Amino acid sequence: MQQNIIPSHAGTLESSDLFVRILPKKEGGVSIELESSVCEIYADAIKKTVLECANAFGADGMSIIVQDKGALDYVIKARVQTALLRAFGMNELDWSVL
Amino acid sequence: MNNLKTFTCTEKIKGENRETKLFTTIQEAIKASCLQDGMTISFHHAFRGGDLILNKVIDIIAAMGFKDLTLASSSLASIHDTLIAHIKSGVITQIYTSGLRGKLGEAISHGLMEKPVHIHSHGGRVHLIQSGELNIDVAFVGVPVSDVFGNANGHSGRSKCGSLGYVMSDAQYAKHVIILTEELVAYPNKPSSISQDQVDSVVVVDAVGDPAKIGAGETRMTSNPKELMLARLTTKVIEHSGLFKEGFSLQTGTGGASLATTVFLSEKMESKGITASFGLGGITGTMVYMLKRGLIKKLLDVQSFDEFAAKSLGENENHIEISANEYANPSSKGAAIKQLDIVVLSALEIDLDFNVNVITGSKGLLRGASGGHCDTAAEAKLSIIVAPLTRGRIPTITKRVNTIVTPGSSVDVVVTDQGIAVHPRHPELAAALKKAGLIVLDMHALYEKAMALCGEPQEIKYTDKVVALIRYRDGSIIDVVRQLAK
Repeated sequence: MQQNIIPSHAGTLESSDLFVRILPKKEGGVSIELESSVCEIYADAIKKTVLECANAFGADGMSIIVQDKGALDYVIKARVQTALLRAFGMNELDWSVL
Repeated sequence: MNNLKTFTCTEKIKGENRETKLFTTIQEAIKASCLQDGMTISFHHAFRGGDLILNKVIDIIAAMGFKDLTLASSSLASIHDTLIAHIKSGVITQIYTSGLRGKLGEAISHGLMEKPVHIHSHGGRVHLIQSGELNIDVAFVGVPVSDVFGNANGHSGRSKCGSLGYVMSDAQYAKHVIILTEELVAYPNKPSSISQDQVDSVVVVDAVGDPAKIGAGETRMTSNPKELMLARLTTKVIEHSGLFKEGFSLQTGTGGASLATTVFLSEKMESKGITASFGLGGITGTMVYMLKRGLIKKLLDVQSFDEFAAKSLGENENHIEISANEYANPSSKGAAIKQLDIVVLSALEIDLDFNVNVITGSKGLLRGASGGHCDTAAEAKLSIIVAPLTRGRIPTITKRVNTIVTPGSSVDVVVTDQGIAVHPRHPELAAALKKAGLIVLDMHALYEKAMALCGEPQEIKYTDKVVALIRYRDGSIIDVVRQLAK
């Protein structure tokens, strides 16, 4: 599916939060760049959560850049979903797919 | 009789020069000490993050060309990051300390040193000195005030650090003792913490330490709701522990929750009309306040954690300086912790077996201090470990701690914001705390709660190289810290 991705962001760089940026990219698929204060022990878990959110949106052809400050999973989900909504120019969430 | 010398008449030696111990520079005092490559030098950490002596002396020693020295500081703070250069150049090749932090801790975790660092407790350090393993050749003792003969103390003068408890054993056992003082006062500066018969030389220096950095923010009353909650829970645990009665004794540390506990406990003591016989260990302003209000009869102070404590030590006769040997040495004839009822301690990690880590962080880096943790936990009737269940995404309760400093066998109660765990050997205490309305949970249940929030952490990867040995208070090796894999 060809999607029109709007560069977008969500979140902050406060402790226990994360700053998510989404940029369109020419190649297909979703790439994740992660920088985290808990990288050594939670890098895989964070990437997994971010990817799950992206897949639930059917995202394609985007880079998701995450600067994490030790956020818990539900915060990561909320921020990534918000950034995705903005990237797709959507106002409503389809809760059934999330 | 035959091997005794017979008196021969010599001229009466008059002490014409009464300032023979006084040297104008640190270099001259070091020359006179006969310091050689491969020897052991010691320092104290009464000024903690505000220490100005250690870096200055090591710089001088390096410039004088000494190599292969063992550094035995009672602890090290972030201000000592400059040691990295002296380790790289071979001036310092071995370290004994209670704490390691900052860039130095990080560099050592990544394999900076050939020989592993020995991490000891405050009591354990004296044990190592007395047992002969830690053989101090030259002790450098920074003090605010001394006389020309070396009678020194920490509770008067410009830069007060308060108790000199940690350095008293150095002064007693070191082969050569150099006092570095900010101020020279008239002889005799008595009573004194360091005594003239232990001192070889005295040097006047511009500054020994910045008292404002002793507490470094750890000694302010907290407004953090989680810490206040932990303090309230801890106070309630103490109240219902069965030990909260007239004449009980208490030790608390620094940190928000610990300080707030003393404040809440004071209110409880006043309302119930209970006073404590003594407060022990590192003494804070809130403990001094309790002394002044008559809630505590005496303070036994091995380290003054803030300016209020440092000042009170010199003014209040019931605020008494004790050495680390009197405080916590397991092989001492009388360590005060053996008379202690309750100790409130902190933790970086606690595991399912109640083992506590206070030295390595969640990433496996050296960034803490052993301190009096394992000493007090072992000897107090009740050891309470207070910590939030999680710090951000980092769980405090783990399956297995990165590094054991205090074994679970000496931990009695763990207080978190999500529940309290009592060691299974105390079923009656668990029942009493439940009856008092506290949420008492199995340690596994606390662990599950932490995992539900944070998820299971990945294993940290290490190489085989040992970068630090964790020495238990009796000198045995309780754990090792390995170099982090790249």
